[in-house]
Amino acid sequence: MAKRKHKAPKRKASWLVNTILAIICIIWFIPTLGLLISSVRPAADILQTGWWTVFPHRQWATEEQVKLPKDTDLRQPITVNGQTFSDDQLKAGVMQGDKRLVWENRRSRTVDVQDKKWSGMTLNFTTQNYETVLGGKQYKITQPDGTVKTEQGSGMGRSFWNTIAVVIPSTVIPIFIASFAAYAFAWLKFKGRRFFFVIVIALLVVPLQVALIPILRDYTALGLNGTYFGIWLAHTAFGLPLITYFMYNSISQLPRDLFESAYMDGATNFTIFSKLILPLSVPALASISIFQFLWVWNDYLVSLIFLGSQPEVQVLSMNIANMVGSRGSDWHLLTAAAFVSMLTPLAVFFALQKYFVRGLLGGSIKG
Amino acid sequence: MDVRANQGSMLKLILLSILVPAVNLGLHFSIFLFFRSSDLPPVLNAVLAVIWGIFGIYSIYWSLNWVVEQYSDKWKERIIPYVFVGPAVLLLGWLLFLPTLRTLYLSFFNADSTRFVGLANFGAVFTDRLLLTALRNNLLWVVFGTLACVILGMLVAVLADRSSFERLAKAIVFMPMAISFVAAGVIWKFIYYYQPGDDQIGLLNAIMVQLGLQPQGWLSMVQPWNNLFLIVILVWMQTGFAMVIFSASIKGIPEDMLEAARMDGAGEVRIFFKIMLPVISSTVLAVTTTIIVFTLKIFDVVMIMTGGQYGTEVVATEFYRQLFMYQNAGYGSTLAIVLLIAVIPVIILNLRQLQKEGSF
Repeated sequence: MAKRKHKAPKRKASWLVNTILAIICIIWFIPTLGLLISSVRPAADILQTGWWTVFPHRQWATEEQVKLPKDTDLRQPITVNGQTFSDDQLKAGVMQGDKRLVWENRRSRTVDVQDKKWSGMTLNFTTQNYETVLGGKQYKITQPDGTVKTEQGSGMGRSFWNTIAVVIPSTVIPIFIASFAAYAFAWLKFKGRRFFFVIVIALLVVPLQVALIPILRDYTALGLNGTYFGIWLAHTAFGLPLITYFMYNSISQLPRDLFESAYMDGATNFTIFSKLILPLSVPALASISIFQFLWVWNDYLVSLIFLGSQPEVQVLSMNIANMVGSRGSDWHLLTAAAFVSMLTPLAVFFALQKYFVRGLLGGSIKG
Repeated sequence: MDVRANQGSMLKLILLSILVPAVNLGLHFSIFLFFRSSDLPPVLNAVLAVIWGIFGIYSIYWSLNWVVEQYSDKWKERIIPYVFVGPAVLLLGWLLFLPTLRTLYLSFFNADSTRFVGLANFGAVFTDRLLLTALRNNLLWVVFGTLACVILGMLVAVLADRSSFERLAKAIVFMPMAISFVAAGVIWKFIYYYQPGDDQIGLLNAIMVQLGLQPQGWLSMVQPWNNLFLIVILVWMQTGFAMVIFSASIKGIPEDMLEAARMDGAGEVRIFFKIMLPVISSTVLAVTTTIIVFTLKIFDVVMIMTGGQYGTEVVATEFYRQLFMYQNAGYGSTLAIVLLIAVIPVIILNLRQLQKEGSF
């Protein structure tokens, strides 16, 4: 196995490559940008104007107002500046030449005459959404004697730590178990190897909803409901088929002579696994742990069913869902909360990105 | 003398083989009880739980392996594979395999699982108009979703490898993966949102209005194309997955191999198809399989964006509706089994590939 330098000299990037990639990146970034901008806009703005209106753009601006006679009949065609329009047209806005007519106030019979004007950068930003999200939503509770009490809901702090306690073991445990299994499937001979492997692959496709009710019943009998251990097991089982499949793919690609020489030297399987296989599989381990981490981090259904929503064990995704309410109408809170909950996975990605480098395997890959 | 020594060590082995798993069980059970009844501050609780989880799993393997190491060489060889695959097989058996068998069993029974109906549920599934739409939509998801994710993921991975802003590009394409489905739903509502009139808060309709066209109800009115608009969301979220895996395996291709081809005057496109693609073909298969499976099971995106209305229902949402809302265990289970059957060709393809590589 030839040891090579970590960084191969980078070939000069062509402008074509850079341009195509830049276009893809911009398209990819637009929805996320929308989320970021929306998260700092006041709640009312979010529902009234598009998020891109914070940038300079042309929009209708009222130039003058026309007051129609107070007794104008709205069911009849309405005459404005010599032309007639229907009430519905004026409600939606209608063009007259290059001007636009729209009701300013229907009851007082005032019509806006608007013109397209450039509007500059809007700087109507607020940190209110983030304050609410991090501090917890305020609940107004009407007490029996009629007074209204405002109570602060639990913030994200507690559920952040709960999430850590759920996510890290739920990432490490299945990867550990799956790597051991993948090593055995790939390099050890034993009865039932093929059978078990086919079952594991087949289980890839089982939708986890299939398992929810039977597991819930077993968990209730065993007292595992609402415990970290229970949810670790559930996430482990749901992640295992995919992780085993992936680790198998990576481990079975390693060259055979690598093990054989180690085995000849008297190394046990356990030593080969922990001293040889794991270090060589670092890129695969890094990428699959990112994904398992993400899936568990963003999971809502499994935590809801096996952990419950009591504040002592509640995880972030559940906290967000509670904050938003079942109808998902509080967009301003959701955008801020979504951004806050994105930060940790992104940090993990950046931390692990350094393992995705060329040359970690040297020339050892089968080719 | 020899025999007695042998018997003595036999006894010791048997004792160890019972004692070590028992100690493991007892130890972790008491830690479990401690955590269940403890009232530690959240931070300390989390840190301790993480430590337990990580060291617990390592110590279980380590101690079981240690016991097997005491056996004679012949037995060691035989038993060690089962120690390695055992935990995976047991967990999967309990938490996924048995529930699946139970689902298969229920698919032959009526709605409240009291009467055996044979294959009637399967007949019903393949004639019910709603369920047929769901099957058709799933096909759309599998074909378009998978193709787009794999091709775009590969494109970004290859381009990023030679671009001058690799880290930034990969981070941007990866970013949507870090967003939960609920949040992604909100983001895409800012794109697809529809209301009549000229003032739009959805980006797509704002563009339509600017171009002088009528705003569209992208997710509700333009059937069956609305499915494609939903698939775009999945592609946006999952391309990062394909990209990261492809990127890792492209980095594994020895540079000298590519350099040699360049010396011979091969163009970059030719190098990609003739050298890179064959080398990473097993990764391509793995990623494709994963995304096919993922799109077959697609649930959250549809549930959050349309709730499966407007002709966007897929098998998983119908499964959920039948099982949890209409309490029809028969139909629900049948749908889950249909998913399982649908993936059999993909599994066979995978096994064949593994066989070809000689690892089976």
